Amino acid sequence: MHWPMNPLTRRRFLLGSGALAVSAAIPNALFAYTGGSSRLVVVIMRGALDGLAAAPPYADPDYASLHRELAIAAPGAADGALKLDNTFGLHPSLAFLHERYLGGELLVFQAVASPYRDRSHFDGQNVLENGLAKPLGSADGWLNRALAAMPRGDHAPERAVSISQNVPLILRGEAPVLSKSPQVTADVDEDLLSRLADLYSKDDWFSARLSEAVQTEKMTDDSGGMSANQTPPADRMAGVARMAGTLMKSDGGPQIAVLEATGWDTHANQGGAKGTLAQRLPGLDRALRTLADELGALWPQTAVLVVTEFGRTAAMNGTRGTDHGTGGCAFLAGGAVRGGRVVADWPGLSHSALLDNRDLRPTLDLRSVFKGVLDQHMHVDAKTLDSRIFPDSSNARPLLGLMRS
Amino acid sequence: MVVAEIAVLRFGLGARPGDIKETAGDPRGWLRAQTRGAVARAGDTPLASSAEIFAAVLAAREQRQEMRRAAANDSDTVKLELNVLRDAYMPHYRAQVLARARSAALTTQPFAERLVHFWCNHFAVSADKGAIYGVAGTLENEAIRPHVNGRFIDLLTAVEQHPAMIAFLDNQYSVGADSEAAQFAARHNAKRQFGINENLAREILELHTLGVNGGYSQADVTSFAQIITGWSIGGGKGRLAGGETGRFYFREDMHEPGRKIFMGKTYMQEGQAQGEAVLADLAMHRATARFIATKLARHFIADDPPPAAVERISQAYLKSGGDLPQVYAALIDSPDAWNAEARKFKTPEDFVFSSFRALNMVPREPQEVIRSFELLGQRQYTPGSPAGWGDTAKNWDGPDALMHRVIWATRVAERYDLGVDPVDLAASSLGGYARPDTLTALRRAASGSQALALLLMSPDFQRR
Repeated sequence: MHWPMNPLTRRRFLLGSGALAVSAAIPNALFAYTGGSSRLVVVIMRGALDGLAAAPPYADPDYASLHRELAIAAPGAADGALKLDNTFGLHPSLAFLHERYLGGELLVFQAVASPYRDRSHFDGQNVLENGLAKPLGSADGWLNRALAAMPRGDHAPERAVSISQNVPLILRGEAPVLSKSPQVTADVDEDLLSRLADLYSKDDWFSARLSEAVQTEKMTDDSGGMSANQTPPADRMAGVARMAGTLMKSDGGPQIAVLEATGWDTHANQGGAKGTLAQRLPGLDRALRTLADELGALWPQTAVLVVTEFGRTAAMNGTRGTDHGTGGCAFLAGGAVRGGRVVADWPGLSHSALLDNRDLRPTLDLRSVFKGVLDQHMHVDAKTLDSRIFPDSSNARPLLGLMRS
Repeated sequence: MVVAEIAVLRFGLGARPGDIKETAGDPRGWLRAQTRGAVARAGDTPLASSAEIFAAVLAAREQRQEMRRAAANDSDTVKLELNVLRDAYMPHYRAQVLARARSAALTTQPFAERLVHFWCNHFAVSADKGAIYGVAGTLENEAIRPHVNGRFIDLLTAVEQHPAMIAFLDNQYSVGADSEAAQFAARHNAKRQFGINENLAREILELHTLGVNGGYSQADVTSFAQIITGWSIGGGKGRLAGGETGRFYFREDMHEPGRKIFMGKTYMQEGQAQGEAVLADLAMHRATARFIATKLARHFIADDPPPAAVERISQAYLKSGGDLPQVYAALIDSPDAWNAEARKFKTPEDFVFSSFRALNMVPREPQEVIRSFELLGQRQYTPGSPAGWGDTAKNWDGPDALMHRVIWATRVAERYDLGVDPVDLAASSLGGYARPDTLTALRRAASGSQALALLLMSPDFQRR
């Protein structure tokens, strides 16, 4: 393996086929749009997934020496990566994602990051979700702000659901959203609920939450109901994904769902093709497969965005793990995605290329991905994207060519 | 006025029958009296120490190795192996959760008990990380309870040297590149490369002391990580041999030698003292005072803490050198803390513990407590991240979360033998906080258990 083949192509977009370029967005208002059939799922990986393990740059000449025993071997080697192209692979635990890649339904983004450059999980997640350039700048999330700007179509007012008891920042805001967790479904006495509604009638705060809860409960009932038994704890993530799919395909169900997964903060004993991270990743992979199966006929109009707050250090640390870093990876999967490509302006892992002598240097702003998806998939107009949803993002132009249509 | 109610419901953990009346004479004095001395657990559940639990888990690991060697090809062994480890830590987790709930239900010092919970969340460890499953609750009992009414520096040091914190944030294996251990390995061409792990150092700065904007850089994080290399746990195998099993142990041979610069200051101390000197400076830092004042004000007053209260508490912290009773006194003296409007939406913990107290229920089985918190989304000792549980309504107010509270309240109400008029129960548990609308709804309820579920779910009971 020679690297790089040609110095002039070092900073290039790695494209499978067709053009993909960062450019000014073309306002969608120019195109006729009948609207409302697209589905979007956002999976937030809390704790900072190691992008260099999930989407290993196996051909980078510095990768193996930095990541050491955590590095994933080249495709073809024992426990090697699942091949994406001549530079990148997928962790061997991500079989479903690899299938989708080969089927042209997965985009892999590398060396990507939110605008946040410090290394706190909590501020990093805040920026990932608030859509601004800095933490704690906003009490609402970008996906909620986007809801208000999407073509109305024939959808119910609550167009988004968080598969959790409480709503994460990305979905908080003025637009009403649902929350539902797969933990339990118990019969709640109708009479008690109506009395509570009465008792809450002078308290808008409680009143709003109760009526949303009752509405979501009905939606689940209509779709055949679900019990905790269907979700073995060992595969909680798949249960969460199944619930998202079930709700989204129910009559009048939400168009957008947010899922969360934790356990990616691998400071010690991260492992390579086997080990701690390798035990977590199949849970994600199975969850995405479950989601696709459950969505069934809706899958062709679905995009699933998988993101994390930042990447991890390029070098293994002193305890066979990785510390908080900057650049990482993200995935966009789904039948609506023009996939089968790795999107990376790969800076390399040479010492001079690293950020602060330690992290993969980000060359793509995650907001460019978000804006591309909202623009081309959810038909949010470009002006609103720049002014309301991602203010201060003029440098992060929407990525074009992410979607099939 | 509702001064006694505020003391008991907002500062405390909710009213047991009689609490509000008994406090009415001198609510502020009742609070101040609880800010002295160590805070013992109420209730009589005996608990094993972290050292005992670490030892048991280590022994179980060895037993598992033994079993693996003995029956390499037996498919049943895998299950048995898992059980060995689980059996070693699970009973301790259960006992700790039950003890915590019993103490919350029974304590006659509920303000002090709430402060214990506050610090437990400030210095969060999470039982979803294998190594510390059985010891997550020991941090609260062994490091926090003795120091909750002492000086912050003592609390901080006890926490950062507690084996549960060290294991949770991976410091036990963090090795200085120029330490004896690393040099020995290099001489012997060991395959392993030794180095630091930043996790504990970063979270001490970001979450325990200065706060994320407290003025430190990545270089300070790295330097601090080197300063605390060697802060480890005794009684392992191989290079972790030495020291008393399951207790804090300073491993001189892993410590990065020499002076270090941290936040512009040079630390000349040797060994363990170097890290302790940094902790002492961090404890006295203005950013720490402000960070802690803000968190206290947010916890006790409102999600958006009033600046005047934050300033007052922060000043008391700096003036007293982090003497916690004086810090708490500033909180008690903040007029904002006595605003008649209840502005804090209860967390599931608040809700469950105040329900136990209102109904004079003392849990006997770990499972009833564990299931309650799993249902309500606040699995005890398992916040999932070192930042602890969120302390604002937004973290708990999802519609689905509200429905889970309804389910829990219904279950409790169905099991509870009311025996008293629900309106009387509203008086003893809420005092002047029970609004006329709520009382009317209780009077009109279809059954005693429905009345009880309505009381627990009323806005009056759901806020503090």
